Amino acid sequence: MTAPLYTIPGAVQPVATPAAAAAAPAAPTVEAGSMRTVNEVLSQSQAGAVMDELEHDLIGLAPIKTRIRDIAALLVIDKLRMNLGLQAQAPSLHMCFTGNPGTGKTTVAMRMAEILHRLGYVRKGHLVAVTRDDLVGQYIGHTAPKTKDVVKKAMGGVLFIDEAYYLYRPENERDYGQEAIEILLQVMESQRDDLVVILAGYKDRMNTFFRSNPGMSSRIAHHLDFPDYASSDLLRIGDRMLEQHNYRFGPGAREAFEEYIRHRIVQQNFANARSVRNALDRARLRQASRLFADKDREFTPEDLTTIAESDIRASRVFQIAAEQNPD
Amino acid sequence: MMTSPAGRLTQGQFSYLPDLSDAEISLQIQYGLNKGYAWSVEYTDDPHPRNTYWEMFGIPMFDLKDAAGVMLELQNCRKTFPNRYIRLMAFDSTRGVESIAMNFIVNRPANEPGFGLVRQEAPGRTIRYTIHSYATDRPEAERGS
Repeated sequence: MTAPLYTIPGAVQPVATPAAAAAAPAAPTVEAGSMRTVNEVLSQSQAGAVMDELEHDLIGLAPIKTRIRDIAALLVIDKLRMNLGLQAQAPSLHMCFTGNPGTGKTTVAMRMAEILHRLGYVRKGHLVAVTRDDLVGQYIGHTAPKTKDVVKKAMGGVLFIDEAYYLYRPENERDYGQEAIEILLQVMESQRDDLVVILAGYKDRMNTFFRSNPGMSSRIAHHLDFPDYASSDLLRIGDRMLEQHNYRFGPGAREAFEEYIRHRIVQQNFANARSVRNALDRARLRQASRLFADKDREFTPEDLTTIAESDIRASRVFQIAAEQNPD
Repeated sequence: MMTSPAGRLTQGQFSYLPDLSDAEISLQIQYGLNKGYAWSVEYTDDPHPRNTYWEMFGIPMFDLKDAAGVMLELQNCRKTFPNRYIRLMAFDSTRGVESIAMNFIVNRPANEPGFGLVRQEAPGRTIRYTIHSYATDRPEAERGS
């Protein structure tokens, strides 16, 4: 094809032939190209704001925050390197999030899309969250178009595959999951600039998955392990959740909730922040029916927003804990 | 002379301009995506102006955010049919519109033979005219890919 002899209005950077590029550098890049300090880059990309938000909004998760800050720093430095004409190859940012249920994998993935967008690594910054069902088809020839469709939708953003290990079913060698994995591998390699893939799941199963798909493991640069929350973190998460829904703890209720968390952690099916959310949802139910019983009372905003100690203490968790430790 | 002065097919948008580069095509796609259009890729070896329905290369792509997805499909189509006409179409699904909003050619065969005028004798010295696409002279299987 011949080089274009004209520019389309709105085209910020017409792809010029190397000769033309050397002769006349495009106007908008002059300003960006003159940036020499980290602060100049940060002020343009608002990456600093995102990192502060992350620090403020997400409780705990220290290793994750460190890694995200490292990635952000690398992207900023790469921009500076590029301005000085040094080689800066786009880093591979495919990630794997492992951790127990409710440790914030999805929440961080959402944030990640936004952060990468503000850093200018992905163009659109949307998140497409999928599971095995969205990728793997039901009959021969169904999987490839389905996976490609999802990949195309995620282009310019982040593709988040929850419970990725279900893609590979070793017990059934005719399973179509392998086909989806192969397409993903190909896209992760060839469309690295267009798409960031984040896999998430429980740690042990993820390790099994990577053992049987070494290609996948090697294409993922960042393996992030989400630690369980400390009980003080969980309490703060609970505070934050109540605040978001315009509730607050009544006298003694916060202490009761602290005790609740301490009991709940050792009991079965504990799912970190998700358990906290469920517990608070149930407390809200109890509060509602407590208020509902008072048919003739006029409620103040105070009444409607307060979770009383009794709402927390009525939880089954306390009974179970009492049965296990009769003393 | 049924062929356009440029010696090439002029259908859809931008057809009197030089071929768009990939970056320019991306910008057009992104413009359509920002308007909420669904892009699709179609190809044909019969460029007759009344040949409205070209062959679909895959199904229309709904819910895309970024032009890279459409470009991926376009590159696949170019690889499969390097010597055919390929066009991109943007479907506007707004209620009451529901039709093609953008449409431009993104790939052409190396040789574009153009069209001829065919005259047909009809009763009473009447002449009927029709346009014939030279590209379809050979049987379908021998037209080259």
